Amino acid sequence: MPDGAVPILDVTDLKTVFKTRGGEVHAVNSVSFDLAPGELLGVVGESGSGKSVTMMSLIGLLPSPPAEIRAGSVMFEGRDILKMTANELRNIRGSRIGFVFQDPMTSLNPVFSVGFQIMEPLRKHMGLSKKQAKARAVELLELVGIPDPEPRLADYPHQFSGGMRQRVMIAIALACDPKVLIADEPTTALDVTIQAQILELVRELRHKLGMAIIWITHDLGVIAGIADRVMVMYGGQIVEQAPVRELFSNPLHPYTRALLETLPSVTGQRTEKLMTIEGQPPSLSAQPTSCPFKARCSKAMDICGTQNPSIFRLSGSHDVACFWDATTGKARDAG
Amino acid sequence: MLDKSTTPILKVQNLKMYFPIYKGIMRRHVGNVMAVDDISFEINPGETLGLVGESGCGKSSAGRAILRLYDITGGSIQLEGIEISTMKGDALRRLRPEMQMIFQDPQASLNPRMTVGAIIAEPLNEHKNLTKAETQARVNELMDAVGLSRDFTKRFPHEFSGGQRQRIGIARALALNPKFIVCDEPIAALDVSIQAQVVNLLEELQERLGLTYLFISHDLSMVRHIADRVAVMYLGKIVELAGRDQLYDSPQHPYTQALLSAVPEPDPSVESTRQRILLEGDVPSPANPPKGCNFSTRCPRVMDICKIDVPEFKQLTDGRYVACHLME
Repeated sequence: MPDGAVPILDVTDLKTVFKTRGGEVHAVNSVSFDLAPGELLGVVGESGSGKSVTMMSLIGLLPSPPAEIRAGSVMFEGRDILKMTANELRNIRGSRIGFVFQDPMTSLNPVFSVGFQIMEPLRKHMGLSKKQAKARAVELLELVGIPDPEPRLADYPHQFSGGMRQRVMIAIALACDPKVLIADEPTTALDVTIQAQILELVRELRHKLGMAIIWITHDLGVIAGIADRVMVMYGGQIVEQAPVRELFSNPLHPYTRALLETLPSVTGQRTEKLMTIEGQPPSLSAQPTSCPFKARCSKAMDICGTQNPSIFRLSGSHDVACFWDATTGKARDAG
Repeated sequence: MLDKSTTPILKVQNLKMYFPIYKGIMRRHVGNVMAVDDISFEINPGETLGLVGESGCGKSSAGRAILRLYDITGGSIQLEGIEISTMKGDALRRLRPEMQMIFQDPQASLNPRMTVGAIIAEPLNEHKNLTKAETQARVNELMDAVGLSRDFTKRFPHEFSGGQRQRIGIARALALNPKFIVCDEPIAALDVSIQAQVVNLLEELQERLGLTYLFISHDLSMVRHIADRVAVMYLGKIVELAGRDQLYDSPQHPYTQALLSAVPEPDPSVESTRQRILLEGDVPSPANPPKGCNFSTRCPRVMDICKIDVPEFKQLTDGRYVACHLME
């Protein structure tokens, strides 16, 4: 986050556990981060890295049981979201904090018209009359680039294409002018040419509306083109975070470095053999006592097996959770 | 590999795969989904042809039609000079070992009630007369080849991770020593760090066993890595077919250009300076494609003729094939 700015969202030491028949799954482990007003924070990680669970827990969207938030606080507009009642949460969700999910077909209700679903938050949260809500709905669909919006309000989700459905989802998320928008893999289910359209739309809208966005994805290419700052997650923890250019030009965590090396590109140099990260992501059945990446890490040292590295803050705003120092190529001085 | 003297292992000419649409209580035939509409290409032995396109462009249907998992609507498919497009029953069955498939979703394509050993042995039991010991030996050999421990033969698919399951699918496809394998989005369901492992395995096996791949994918950067030549499909037709470097360095068809420019690059400095060609709107329905060129409704360089005449898929002077009126 840029120095001096007051964060709009401040997450400290968040721990989420799922209780299953096979024991506990520690999906999110001591995650702390903040979000500046108007900032676009990209969150990358592979499946099971805890990126979605983190964002779902901080707005109370996880069903409990099986989920349980063990510790942490999420400060939003001066209050801790984790301590709010169900009613207070409902007032925030969809109005102050909006969401866009991955699959627009399953997150839109197939039996209600698109117009109804856009007007619902407007009437519930903002108390608009039917007429006002309808006018606003038309405005919103226009904003997200749906041509000739008024007659389309009566259409049902299946009458829209994938890209158009995702535009509708964005319109719903934006309906009440949220301060924060959480987008969980919003373009993953879309084709590249449609993805390019949606990315362009988001770039345009964020400046127009001045909201902060958390963008969850596994696609580093998308992040490179859209984020201000990037947070890399692995095994339920944040392993590195830095401003976007810094992260791509100077990755410090062995996982981030390996991840960037495994990616083939369409414009750059073509590699003969792809780099791989051997092995599998860790099971999260126990509270980690060592670095979760240790088993797959090419730089692993003895200390990595006995201690879970905490976050080291380096020059500027580059954070990394690793005992290995990329600049010297040796173990970091204990600090 | 692009040597003219080699005879292609697979030759597809004017392949058409239409799926009929029936309506009403009388199930009247009211039209066709033209999933694959008149495509032609060749694949040389030992080569990888990448087949790319967005969802619904017909790339998977093309792959399945070529393996004769469908009865095709028209055209010809020759595998090593033998016409297989009209083959039926026993003759086709005897040809199956030559051509195999690796599927996208290893979860769905492996029977959850069979052990890994049984899954890999199934094609052997179907097509070969091996003793139990011989089968077991072959299964072990295949497990080694794809990098799975032999101890896993008694386990069930759910006990494996996505990448390992894809290895099982690859072992099964290799069981009968096929010459030609259709890889239908083999890495789409996997995480990036695992994708690289599977792609490296496919390349290594190709080199060792002299395999020929049709690699179907929507991931343009991975196709650039693995393919020797690339065909780009849009709405049932191949719009451009060229050598890998030709296609990625200087795409000719406006759709290829737009598609390549839309792929996000994992590099912020490249991303901020890149020129994007944003396409308007969505892909039309393959049941009701536009008149003239299929891409004419979204093409940024559309001309009058594009809305009237279907552009011919023809070879340019530099060896590539493009179907576009701009090339006239």
